[in-house]
Amino acid sequence: MTTGQRRLSAVATAALVVSLAAACGGDAKPGSSDSTSSAAATSGESQAAGGQLSGEIKVDGSSTVAPLTQAASELFGEEQPQVKVPVATSGTGGGFEKFCAGETDISNASRPIKDEEKAACEAKGIKFTELTVATDALTVVVPKENDWATCLTTDQLKKMWEPAAEGKVKTWKDVDAKFPAEELKLYGPGTDSGTFDYFTDEINGEEGASRKDYSPSENDNDIVTGVSGAKGGLGYFGFTYFEENADKLKAVEIDSGSGCVAPSVEAAQGGKYTPLARPLFVYVSATAAKRPEVSAFLDYYAGNIGAIAKDAKFIPLNPEQEAKLKSDITTLKSQG
Amino acid sequence: MAVLSTPKSAVQLASKGRPLKEHLFRIALLASLAIALVFLAMLIVYVVQEGWPRLDATLWENQPSIRRPETAGIQSGIFGTLWIIGLTALMALPTGILAAIYLEEYADKSKWYNRLIELNISNLAAVPSIVYGILGLGIIARWMQFGFTIMTGAITVSLLVLPIVIISAREAIRAVPPSIREGSLALGATQWQTIYRQVLPASVPGIATGSILALSRAIGEAAPFLMLGAATLVRFNPEGVWSSFSVLPIQIYSFITRPQAEFSVLAAAAIVILLAILLLMNSVAIWLRNRYQKRW
Repeated sequence: MTTGQRRLSAVATAALVVSLAAACGGDAKPGSSDSTSSAAATSGESQAAGGQLSGEIKVDGSSTVAPLTQAASELFGEEQPQVKVPVATSGTGGGFEKFCAGETDISNASRPIKDEEKAACEAKGIKFTELTVATDALTVVVPKENDWATCLTTDQLKKMWEPAAEGKVKTWKDVDAKFPAEELKLYGPGTDSGTFDYFTDEINGEEGASRKDYSPSENDNDIVTGVSGAKGGLGYFGFTYFEENADKLKAVEIDSGSGCVAPSVEAAQGGKYTPLARPLFVYVSATAAKRPEVSAFLDYYAGNIGAIAKDAKFIPLNPEQEAKLKSDITTLKSQG
Repeated sequence: MAVLSTPKSAVQLASKGRPLKEHLFRIALLASLAIALVFLAMLIVYVVQEGWPRLDATLWENQPSIRRPETAGIQSGIFGTLWIIGLTALMALPTGILAAIYLEEYADKSKWYNRLIELNISNLAAVPSIVYGILGLGIIARWMQFGFTIMTGAITVSLLVLPIVIISAREAIRAVPPSIREGSLALGATQWQTIYRQVLPASVPGIATGSILALSRAIGEAAPFLMLGAATLVRFNPEGVWSSFSVLPIQIYSFITRPQAEFSVLAAAAIVILLAILLLMNSVAIWLRNRYQKRW
């Protein structure tokens, strides 16, 4: 071996080590899961041998709903370890795009499907069912030291957030003369988020209509940090983020005309926390629901929805909603 | 590669002439270096401190869990990242090095099309990674029907780092003195023999360093994988190139956005693992360079 060849082989060895490290990762079974390229198509893999199912259920969509489906898949995995449920988080819109292209089986959504997304699904011949799986209470938060805003009316919120407020409503005094002249610092989710869509629709009366001079963030923890660090701060996000940060933040009660209601599990379940209590959805493709592993997963999801919601720290459905979820799944299966 | 370097004695003699300005310049240089190093050190200290409670075996033995953040691990992300990097190395390195050999040793630089290729490779190296993600989604995942698999991710990242591999390999090949080639050809070796026996071995240190730096860039990428539907929550390791997957940067991001405080500790611990893989690869690059460096 010449020195030149020795050098080359050293590089080859280095490359090999890297690739071997990767190859040793999983038990490489050649050609075992080839069906992923056409996800929603037939699944030759799933066999109901001895009650043990296998296969892969592809989930994408809202990052708000993802923890719920993930908790479901974790619990389901204890019964059916051979069924893989990878959960991606492309956002509600991004999830529907893949769902309606037939690339995923289940789509998480923090808002109902839009008409143009429905049209895309129809164009591809994808039939689906909408399932309500949990409730969320969008929570408006201010820092603990804020002692003036205990209850805000939806009109006051609109005054803060509507597009016309941009550059004009700068202090709390501009919202209501009773409030101090503390600078109003607004924090909210970015415009791609389903939470943003829902909040602007309910408060400002038009989906996507919001003032633009607030601090947007895709990471709700940034909103926590922002609001808790500014005396005149105000922000909104899902109830879980408030629960986890209740030591730093104060949840504002919301008055939509029939008195002040604080966000809570009971108020959201009972429909009293209006208009900011919202349903969270899971969309299931009818073709996928025929596969035994998907069918079993849905049964498990609906059957244990209370425990799953509690585990993932979501507001569980009330008994009527839970009954509806179960009957929706029965209907979905009987269609096939 | 350092063909010309001023002898040390000459430098010392020169700095005796104008002490003040020379010293100021030296301090400015040192300060610039310090900025880079201090920030790296701060980052490492910060993440190790944050992630310390979770830096134990559960981190790589367990799979991610939304229900038990205090014992959740990142095994699927570690394996996903290793799979992607391994495949990327297999695809991007040979292609990139061969392309570099063509451009340096065979291409006629007076021809307009070769100059156009060169210009475009430089341009490609500057294209943001999200653009490659869109390309991967549209062409590899959908049109080629590869789906959201490791294969799609690895091909996309290979395309992303290919220009960097080509550029660094060309630099390394160019640094081999022409006299080596001329000597080899004069002794009757063919062009391919010259390249294989003389030029390539001599440029191995540079090629290896550039390649590993390119792969290190690929490890840290999150943007293209977001486009390619890398799942954030995967509780199984990849079983082959057609498997669904997750990678560490995506998992870290999803941990950071969770409300529970335990997840930010987990994210910091995962960052330490990612940095450890990166530093390991970089030290291999340095070792290769030192081991095979040749001076003329």
